[in-house]
Amino acid sequence: MPMPEWLHVRRAKDEERNTAQWSKCPECGEMLYRRDLAANLWVCSRCNHHFRMGAYDRISGIVDGDFAEIGADVQVGDPLSWTDRKSYPAKLAGDREKSGLSEGVVCGFGQIGGFEAGLGVMDFHFRGGTMGTVVGERIALLLEEGRSRAVPCIIFTASGGARMEEGMFALMQLAKATAAVTRFVNDGNLLITVLTDPTTGGVSASFAFQADVIVAEPGAMIGFAGRRVIEQTIRQKLPDRFQTAEFLLEKGHIDMVVERRRIKEMLVHLLGYAAKGAARRLHGVRA
Amino acid sequence: MNPFADRERALFELERRIAELRTASADQPVVIASEIATLEAKYQEVLHDVYGSPTPWQKVHIARHPNRPTALEYIAAFDRFDELHGDRAYRDDQAVVGGLGLLRGRAVMAIGQQRGRDTKENLRRNFGMVAPEGYRKVQRLAHLATRFGVPMVTFVDTKGADPGIGSEERAQSEAIAQCLVAFTDATVPIVAVIIGEGGSGGALALAIADRVIMLENSTYSVASPEGCAAILWADATKAEEAASHLKLTAQDLLRFGIVDEIVPEPLGGANRDPATVVARVLDRVDAALSDLDRYASPTLLSARYEKYRRIGSSKRDSSPAGKR
Ligand SMILES: [Zn+2]
Repeated sequence: MPMPEWLHVRRAKDEERNTAQWSKCPECGEMLYRRDLAANLWVCSRCNHHFRMGAYDRISGIVDGDFAEIGADVQVGDPLSWTDRKSYPAKLAGDREKSGLSEGVVCGFGQIGGFEAGLGVMDFHFRGGTMGTVVGERIALLLEEGRSRAVPCIIFTASGGARMEEGMFALMQLAKATAAVTRFVNDGNLLITVLTDPTTGGVSASFAFQADVIVAEPGAMIGFAGRRVIEQTIRQKLPDRFQTAEFLLEKGHIDMVVERRRIKEMLVHLLGYAAKGAARRLHGVRA
Repeated sequence: MNPFADRERALFELERRIAELRTASADQPVVIASEIATLEAKYQEVLHDVYGSPTPWQKVHIARHPNRPTALEYIAAFDRFDELHGDRAYRDDQAVVGGLGLLRGRAVMAIGQQRGRDTKENLRRNFGMVAPEGYRKVQRLAHLATRFGVPMVTFVDTKGADPGIGSEERAQSEAIAQCLVAFTDATVPIVAVIIGEGGSGGALALAIADRVIMLENSTYSVASPEGCAAILWADATKAEEAASHLKLTAQDLLRFGIVDEIVPEPLGGANRDPATVVARVLDRVDAALSDLDRYASPTLLSARYEKYRRIGSSKRDSSPAGKR
């Protein structure tokens, strides 16, 4: 399959940026050659640790070919004129440079196993995947467009929660995303989320857990409160497994834990079930 | 900790002396009356000095004041209230109270986070920090409001959702996420009142509303100042600095269009005259409900959608990549 032009451009930029040839696995300590790691979808070949993955790498592994990005031009704001050690616009500029991303989520449409779908992918490398006005706006645009096309949407989450530097505007994005999810779902459209490491705070307390089917990657940390906050509250150390994807599966919070190399295949099956059921599915629960 | 503590003591001292003189004034009415007047003038001066223009951090403390009216004080001023309990599955979380009631003759579903008014009650009510089963009770009551066709009135007063092990084990994220859906979907009018501290998603779970009313000294923020300082600078002691950055006051949020109206408080905060503040708030809730009564459910729902859809919408250019 030829590499699409959009990805070709992205990859070239990535290679300029990532001059380091080797990455150390944080789980088993193995030194991994970055090119091999990328070829293995950023999964450690020794211990199966799932590294945090760039949004465009993720998209290229999920869509069949083309991906038409939407909302890329949604502009970054600084609603509180926030400055602490650094100004917020300077922090954003730094992260744009470092990550090659314009913001914490990339949204668009493409084919997945032959099914048309909307796809939103968050990226932890941009301000810890935190949700501010741009992330909220892009998620809402994705779901509104998905609703007008009447196609399923899939969102990969990776987030430290709401973005502090946008204050209440960030908190209001939970309400915005919820409004968009609710309209999308009430029209009978299918929403699938794939929770990746980490998914916490405002993102887990909104669209991540509002989906019809919730998938998670192995070992991903998923929860509302951060580990540190809980440990400070209860004044004791938490067990290692606490808030992992496997822990949540056992507690009944998510549908399945799926290894990264099997995720596309699983999504295609889920989209397939929905396609077969389309004729009987209730549309327009409430207009 | 409390930035008012020292000067509040000076106020209490003045209050005590005025009260003493009042009891003593039977003996020497004229002399004492003038002394009382002097002290009262002094008292007003100190009061203005202490509370005249509180900083955001001082407002955080007014919002957390132990004598500030809590949800149940507002509900107690209803004509009638019948509490409904539990999530039908696990437990009745007493950090949140709710039920059907009559407010100025109108049937409503009232829901509020309830912190304790003393240590014992705080333990029972977990300082107003709601657990998943509490948020599931809220969802149930929101659905019930739609079933009864009565508007919802919520009283928001929490530092944030409960961050304990049990709450994580019982899916706090999902419980809050589904509360947001329940309020977004409710076909009845919703009025939310930020009566104390509105902290993060745990507060928003009760605050998606057609009208958001906020008390003059209440705060409402993406995280508590302590939480924000811990997240950004790994240092919760920088809370005062965080409070000044967060733009968490009613005046900031009115300017941003995130709240719709501010209810004034007496100088020094609602704790100085709870009955007046409670009546004032219920008047405003009543007026908001009368106004919302005019709209049919589909109109309410689309206005609610547009309102949250617009908040913080970034400017966009017209290039095809951004077209939808
Ligand atoms: Zn490894």
